[in-house]
Amino acid sequence: MRDTKMADLSTPTSILSPGLPEAVREAQSVFRSLMMALARPGTVRRIAVPVQSPGNLSPAATAIALALCDFETPIWLDEDLSSDEAILRYLRFHTGAPVTPDRGKAHFAFVSSGTQMIDFDAFSPGTLEYPDRSATLVVPVDELEEGRGWRLTGPGIASESRLLAGPLHPGFVTALAENRLLFPRGIDVVFVSGDRIAALPRTTAVEV
Amino acid sequence: MPVTSPHAEPTALQFQRRRVMALAARATLDELRGALAALEAPDAVDLRPIETGLVMLRGRTGGDGAPFNVGEATVTRATVRLPSGEVGFAYLLGRDAARARAAAILDAMAQRIGPKTIADGALAGVRDRLAAEDATAAARAAATKVDFFTMVRGED
Repeated sequence: MRDTKMADLSTPTSILSPGLPEAVREAQSVFRSLMMALARPGTVRRIAVPVQSPGNLSPAATAIALALCDFETPIWLDEDLSSDEAILRYLRFHTGAPVTPDRGKAHFAFVSSGTQMIDFDAFSPGTLEYPDRSATLVVPVDELEEGRGWRLTGPGIASESRLLAGPLHPGFVTALAENRLLFPRGIDVVFVSGDRIAALPRTTAVEV
Repeated sequence: MPVTSPHAEPTALQFQRRRVMALAARATLDELRGALAALEAPDAVDLRPIETGLVMLRGRTGGDGAPFNVGEATVTRATVRLPSGEVGFAYLLGRDAARARAAAILDAMAQRIGPKTIADGALAGVRDRLAAEDATAAARAAATKVDFFTMVRGED
């Protein structure tokens, strides 16, 4: 005899994919890639862990979420990502992080594209006492290449480095410059493209 | 998916799913494997690696008093997904990863073909064994039962 359809139990509306098979080792590997990307702004690094990313969240963004997000780090998703049940299910199950509609409360923010205007001011820049309580913004780009493009200077860069990231909204670089003025407060930006990442911490000066 | 309070009355379906897991929790590995074979359960994917850890057990004085922490217990948890998409969960006392995984597949199968079918079908052997064991234990305890009766003392 078959029971009636289980609408009140976990009826899969979207198939949930597995997380990191060796969570500890792989999360450490992602953490190191991200740490080095932030320490050396403008360098592009590969995230070398197997992830089956949900929806149109990129593999690198998924790996960052798996490695860094947990119940203490609220996540904000833009409209595109938060309307995808597969992404919500995946993040809820594998990270346990609350997904918040309030940008100011988010520790990590994921957007579906850099071509829309991102309002940096809406995210938490931390406080003067605790500048670490700021948001990290993860922006997917199609092109991510070191050695050409923007001229970057600042801590972690010997003289200057070059990074090409795009396509981005025309106001993005202005927003980065305004963000830098908030130092020691400010948000940090991580670009992701496929399985590659590059980062612009709040200290980096960007010239077009 | 509607969010329900963990203290809400379970629906008939949830009740049956709990029955399956209550049986799976006390079944041996051979019994679980036998049940899966009988159901022709497909290969499942581990959604997260099987882990062993501690959970805090809570109790209430007298069964309904103030809650307190009794102590920690070792549990092993498994989460699997069937090719058809059902996600099964199992948290079993102890460190036996194979048992936890088999129980999780059984939970996923319960969602696919209905928990009652499994509790009274593939797990019927376990159900009967446990009922017999419980009956024996109850009979042993009943044999030592003493009926106290006191005389009415008048005052108080």
